Amino acid sequence: MNNHQRSFFFNVDWVTVLIYLALCVIGWFNIHAAVFDENHPNILDFDTQYGKQFIYILSALVIGTVILLLESRFLSALAPAFYVVTVVLLAVVLVAGRNVGGNQAWIDMGGGFRLQPSEFAKFATCLLLARYLSATNVKVTDPKSFLIAGGIIFLPMLLIKMQPDDGSTLVFCSLILVLYREGLSVYFLIIIGLLATLFISALLVNVWFIIIALIAIVALLLFMFGRRNRKFVASLIVGLVLSIGFIFCVKPLYYHGLKPHQRVRIDEVLGLSKDLRGVGYNQNQSKIAIGSGRIWGKGYLQGTQTKYAFVPEQSTDFIFCTVGEEWGFAGSVVVLGLYLFLLLRIIMIAERQRAPFSRIYGYGVASIIFCHVIINIAMAIGYMPVIGIPLPFISYGGSSLWSFTILLFILLKLDSNRMGMNYA
Amino acid sequence: MNSFFERRYVIAGIFIALILVLLARLFYIQVVDDRYFLYAQNNVMRRIIQYPARGPILDRTGKIMVQNEPIYDIMVIPKQVKPFDTVEFCKLLDIDKEGFDKRFAKAKVYSPVRASVFEKQLSVQAYASFQERLSEFPGFYPQLRSVRTYPDSAASQFLGYIGEVTDAIIKRSGGYYTPGDYVGITGVEKSYESTLRGQRGVRNLIYDSHNTPKGSYANGAYDTAAVAGERLISSLDMRIQKLGEKLMTNKVGSIVAIEPSTGEILCFVSSPTYDPNLLVGRQRGNNAAKLYKDPYKPFFTRPVQAYYPPGSSFKPLSALIGLQEGLIKPSDTYNCIGYYMAGNHRVKCTHVHGTVNLAGAIAGSCNGYFNMVFAKVLNAQGGKNTDDSYTSWKANVNKFGFGERLGVDIPSEGKGLVPTAKYYDKIYHKGGWRSTTVASLAIGQGELLATPLQLANIEATIANHGFYYKPHLIKAIGDKQVIKHEYTVKNYVGIDAQYFEPVINGMQSVVDYGTGQGSKIPGIVMCGKTGTAQNPHGKNHSLFVAFAPRDNPKIAIAVVVENSGDGGTWAAPIASFIVEKYLRDTITKRPSGIYPEYYIEKNLLPEIIVKPADKAKLKADSLKKATADSLKKRKADSIKQASFKSAQNKPAKKSLGNVLTAMLPKRKDDE
Repeated sequence: MNNHQRSFFFNVDWVTVLIYLALCVIGWFNIHAAVFDENHPNILDFDTQYGKQFIYILSALVIGTVILLLESRFLSALAPAFYVVTVVLLAVVLVAGRNVGGNQAWIDMGGGFRLQPSEFAKFATCLLLARYLSATNVKVTDPKSFLIAGGIIFLPMLLIKMQPDDGSTLVFCSLILVLYREGLSVYFLIIIGLLATLFISALLVNVWFIIIALIAIVALLLFMFGRRNRKFVASLIVGLVLSIGFIFCVKPLYYHGLKPHQRVRIDEVLGLSKDLRGVGYNQNQSKIAIGSGRIWGKGYLQGTQTKYAFVPEQSTDFIFCTVGEEWGFAGSVVVLGLYLFLLLRIIMIAERQRAPFSRIYGYGVASIIFCHVIINIAMAIGYMPVIGIPLPFISYGGSSLWSFTILLFILLKLDSNRMGMNYA
Repeated sequence: MNSFFERRYVIAGIFIALILVLLARLFYIQVVDDRYFLYAQNNVMRRIIQYPARGPILDRTGKIMVQNEPIYDIMVIPKQVKPFDTVEFCKLLDIDKEGFDKRFAKAKVYSPVRASVFEKQLSVQAYASFQERLSEFPGFYPQLRSVRTYPDSAASQFLGYIGEVTDAIIKRSGGYYTPGDYVGITGVEKSYESTLRGQRGVRNLIYDSHNTPKGSYANGAYDTAAVAGERLISSLDMRIQKLGEKLMTNKVGSIVAIEPSTGEILCFVSSPTYDPNLLVGRQRGNNAAKLYKDPYKPFFTRPVQAYYPPGSSFKPLSALIGLQEGLIKPSDTYNCIGYYMAGNHRVKCTHVHGTVNLAGAIAGSCNGYFNMVFAKVLNAQGGKNTDDSYTSWKANVNKFGFGERLGVDIPSEGKGLVPTAKYYDKIYHKGGWRSTTVASLAIGQGELLATPLQLANIEATIANHGFYYKPHLIKAIGDKQVIKHEYTVKNYVGIDAQYFEPVINGMQSVVDYGTGQGSKIPGIVMCGKTGTAQNPHGKNHSLFVAFAPRDNPKIAIAVVVENSGDGGTWAAPIASFIVEKYLRDTITKRPSGIYPEYYIEKNLLPEIIVKPADKAKLKADSLKKATADSLKKRKADSIKQASFKSAQNKPAKKSLGNVLTAMLPKRKDDE
């Protein structure tokens, strides 16, 4: 290890860094287009969001570099400390936080800067989860370990839910993929999928149709596979009974358990109501913006939907409208392609780690980024109810960009040291 | 150590699958479905129609008859309205609180963010006081528009009026008009609609989500400018038009004067008339309703719509046909013994004329002479085939434009009536009628009916010695003064020029010493013919037709004063004033002592009997109106039509039918 310095930079996964930079630049230009102000046309005008975003990108790069220079062991060792600090901050924010747009999510840092602890809770949770699951005597299949791992995820989730920030809460759910990778039974995924399907069906279709359909499916399965396997028969029938019970719970749950503003948003997506001037206005305008881009888009700074303020939150939650409108389907393919490439690259990186800590952390990063991308874009095109959640690296905002940078660069740091970790 | 490693494929699979689902949806809304592009365009683009100025109409000397005047519509954007002093606001606009609420509710229903008309057509004066306080009423703003204005308040039936398009007009226009557009409804405004309206322009403007304009779309590449409507130069002479309207005050009837050498209509009076300015602005609805209820029907365009028996004024035409057919000679004499024996009944003459030739017969309006001429015409085939002879006589009459539409350039022109032979066949069965049966046609009575325009055109034809130009009201169009080709074509009536002199001699005598001598104008040779159209429903209509001067005629005229008496008494003097005013621009002292003021002040309106049933209905109507929608509730503004009141004050004497429409005479020979 004579030329430690050279090999260190050599070991950084530059492909990921390039994708990361590409997404940041795409974000910067689209923020410029989304909130373009004729009095401040310059993309480097620091009075504007696009000017500020440039500073955020530069500072994110500094943060990234600093992380790459940190000692890897340090990260693993301090994971519990990070976790405790963010959980405390999440608790503090509920008491002394600043309310922006209905969410008590911000802490004023002075000098006009605000921090959103929930953003940092993501990597802190990932780190602690990785550290816990990588311990030699911990197995996800073991109920006790599963409960502890679940608790690590659930605590910040609960605090964030109390802000209430539904988007970030959902993001923590995605960490189930990490548990799955580490051995959680596939039935968990299947049951989650089944419940989601039943929930939506029960809202859209007559309950009795669903029950008849379920009985028919179970009967078919029993007929085909269930002749000798008693356990299979028993679990199927228990599953059926629980499903039917769940179906009857859906409507009371939906109409009494959800807050009105959440329910109307879901109604809008499911087509249960159509209020294009009220609740559905934002999503409809967002769809119009994206749909009107056609194949090649209207061109840079030429989007009328964004330019004339028909789309809300254009630089943050609805930034994808600008991409869709000004760059068309081509732009959509490039952006989603970059994300997919990034996600697959992260899986590849995670899988090449020798240390389970790094691998588990890697899956955490992938799950969180994936969840953000899917929810954000599905929301913009009307596949999901409106949930405020940023598009990673692209949406305007320092907290979000920094937290994703930290999330990703910790992985890059761990990856660059994968040989070293092995020797350590 | 690295157990479950194959699960990375499941996770990668989930990533790929969900991202592909999103891409598929994006492909659908961005590439397959075109609606979103249109939605986006509709969001920002507004097509603003640019209304061109409607063309003005001038009289033949260049004097403005109708032009545009700025008015203001008060617009409102309900969402921008903030609390303000409603009482003061209503006072400024002269509306009540209830009307305010109604209007505001209507605007809100239309759209909370788009502008709609709150109050229409505020005059410049009314707007001035409103403007001072405008800043106190956020959400309200004025929009400049224009309305028609008539400086002389004259020639209303000729000019016609404009109004908002009806659904029927929109349909007929194939979508050219949209609700709220104004079009010509009657008169020249209607017949020259396409010339006057000009060409609309379009501006494509961009609006943001707050409905604030953000400049033009594509830098105005798809915009078109509005082209103002063309100027119309009418043939009317405002001097005699105004004099004519004055002379016809408190009378029912019309005056039509034509320039024989061009066919241009110099004067087009329909009485009673109305002030065209009444049909403009905020009081329009009320005024129009009142005018529609006026029993003298001011909207009836009498010069082209009213039918009158021409009476004796038909005699020159009758003589011309006889001359052309070679059946009479100017020197032929006839001995009038006070009546004419048509078969076995007598047709009364005004008096015993003694021996008269053609000129004398015209001058004295001898019925017998013209019965004789007519009998000769119909008996040309020796008393047989009367229907053939009649048909050829009818054709000759038709050539003068009598019994056919002249094609004047305003709507609703009537044809008049010269019955066909078949008509008489029906009444008397074929071959069952002879010259004596229809003898009253000889003297312009019987079934014959003509419009004042047709009467004037016959005079123009006589003045021209055998041809006429299509009478028209618009002399030239636009700055280039385009004249329609059809107005430059001579229409020959099939009478040789030589036959006119003897008839004109007679017509000169009418004015020099005949039935029209009271209307002689010193120094101007006027040739005319009086007529007294018998009216089975009341007093006779007074008619006079003439042209002047005899050499190089400048004006041909027809005057009808309904229910007033003899032609020489009322119509002739009125005609003579118009002729003199036109030729000399002044009215000199007459040897007969007549002067215009006497005629102007004379009230000759026929009485209108209001049946008790109608009365009750009228009352009910007015009550309904009083309680009607407060949107229209305003100070009652009585129409300045003294005529209406004076007529109503007079006690009813006898039951008259509708004097204006029931003009068809009963089949009745004069005795």
